[in-house]
Amino acid sequence: MAVDDTLPLLHDTYGSARNPAQNSMGERQHGAEAISMPAAAPVRAPVPAPVPSARDHLRLWRHAGLILPLAVLALVEALVRSGIIPDHLLPAPSTIAQTLWQMGLARVLRHVLTSTFRVGLGFAVGAALAALLGAAMGLSRRLEALLEPSFQALRAIPSLAWVPILLLWMGIDEAPKITLIAIGAFFPIHLAVVAGMRDVDRKLVELGAVYRLSAYALFRRILLPAALPQIFTGLRTGLSLAWMFMVAAELIAATRGLGYMLSDGRETGRPDLVFGAILLLAVLGKLSDGGMRWLEYRVLSWRDSYDPSGPGPGAR
Amino acid sequence: MTTPLLDMRVEAKCYGERTVLAHTEVQIAPGEVVSLVGPSGCGKSTLLKIAAGLDAGYRGEVRMDGAPQRAPSPRIGVIFQEPRLLPWLTIADNVGFAAGPQGGRDPRVATLLEEVGLAPHAQALPKSLSGGMAQRAALARGLFGQPDLLLLDEPFSAVDAITRMRLQTLLLTLVHRHHSAALLITHDLDEALYLSDRVLLMAAGPGRIVEQHRIGADHPRRRGDPALASLKERMIEHLESAQLA
Repeated sequence: MAVDDTLPLLHDTYGSARNPAQNSMGERQHGAEAISMPAAAPVRAPVPAPVPSARDHLRLWRHAGLILPLAVLALVEALVRSGIIPDHLLPAPSTIAQTLWQMGLARVLRHVLTSTFRVGLGFAVGAALAALLGAAMGLSRRLEALLEPSFQALRAIPSLAWVPILLLWMGIDEAPKITLIAIGAFFPIHLAVVAGMRDVDRKLVELGAVYRLSAYALFRRILLPAALPQIFTGLRTGLSLAWMFMVAAELIAATRGLGYMLSDGRETGRPDLVFGAILLLAVLGKLSDGGMRWLEYRVLSWRDSYDPSGPGPGAR
Repeated sequence: MTTPLLDMRVEAKCYGERTVLAHTEVQIAPGEVVSLVGPSGCGKSTLLKIAAGLDAGYRGEVRMDGAPQRAPSPRIGVIFQEPRLLPWLTIADNVGFAAGPQGGRDPRVATLLEEVGLAPHAQALPKSLSGGMAQRAALARGLFGQPDLLLLDEPFSAVDAITRMRLQTLLLTLVHRHHSAALLITHDLDEALYLSDRVLLMAAGPGRIVEQHRIGADHPRRRGDPALASLKERMIEHLESAQLA
């Protein structure tokens, strides 16, 4: 560990007799020494020992968090096999796995890829429109005053209410599904973009004025980056809603996809199929949100905010 | 004095019914350091915004080298009370902001960072800097455009006393080296006396300049110089009587 690497050096500098405490108390001890022994300064300034990173601190809990769902699956397996839970209500995880295996990689993959494609396309369309309209409304108070009441009303419409209209207008092909998903993704992202632009610190805008930035440069160099944290929150909400609306779309009229798998399983009385689809949805949702979080972490590494994975008040 | 670098005459500046500035004139010669001292709410910051071209809603006129000016100018560098660095840019890119998105690569950035002692932190993000370091970066950014005039709005009021003294000395060094004039707003008389060639005292309600003192002492000045201390006492007396009036 990094702490152990630096400690011997400091011992050599100051004499080990003065430093009885080690490791966990290391940082505080060094600080006290620096004050009591100013004469030692020319030799080597005391480098504070790096605080053990939060990742180390939480490692146990992170691993437990990954194991928890597996433990629940094992528990269900045991309960079903021992007959405590009837398997026509909740099939054993092994049965679900077997079902997926028997369907064959090609068929499972076809369902997964179809759904993923729909979510990806719908999300992309919804996010692009939301970013465009949101930025326009965020930049122009007139436009916001004009459009906001309508958007409030549109936002209030429940997702399923769109389905009959879309089927009526677009038939039962891909178009209504993609549109429904795009609608689902649109609103949270739109809301986040408008709010993000609106909340940019006035002082940063003033800085833009000092540097005589054009409207475009102000947007590109100050407003957009300043709004990104909120925009990302919207993107993540939008993505999870896109998965939700995909299921709604596929439940109604589809011949492939995970939503189709769900309704197919229900109609043919096969809970293993239903649960197989649910498990796949959980995995895909987790993967896509993980990807988005990774992107957020990379893009917004400049943020100086409370890091929930960082050392808490009791961590030091 | 020949044509002043900055010549501002504000007849009136109002927020609604309230007049915040009335008949306020400030002239600054090239290379001159002028402090504006006054109680909070006397319109110091408003005056600075007008000088910076950030506020055009006033009656009066601002001239730079005789030419009227009502918008921000590349010849003026502005340093705010807080560093106001853009948190998503490296220190280098912040300093070179005026040169565009790739501003950090401008060779002048490296020179300036060297001058303010931040060369090792060129690629660091603002969140990793202390308040004093961030304000040094802001100083470098203000000087990047080689301005003829620096406007500073209580730039050192948010840092601790030791850091403040260091920053004051640094400011003086930089202003002299870059041959820039400076208009410094402060509520700290010691700061004004240590740095300025001239101190303007402002009073509130409506804001106006009530007195000015020329300070002849050579640089570097000694903090706690008896002559400066007695000048300070006179200024305090004056400020207090102006408050009562």
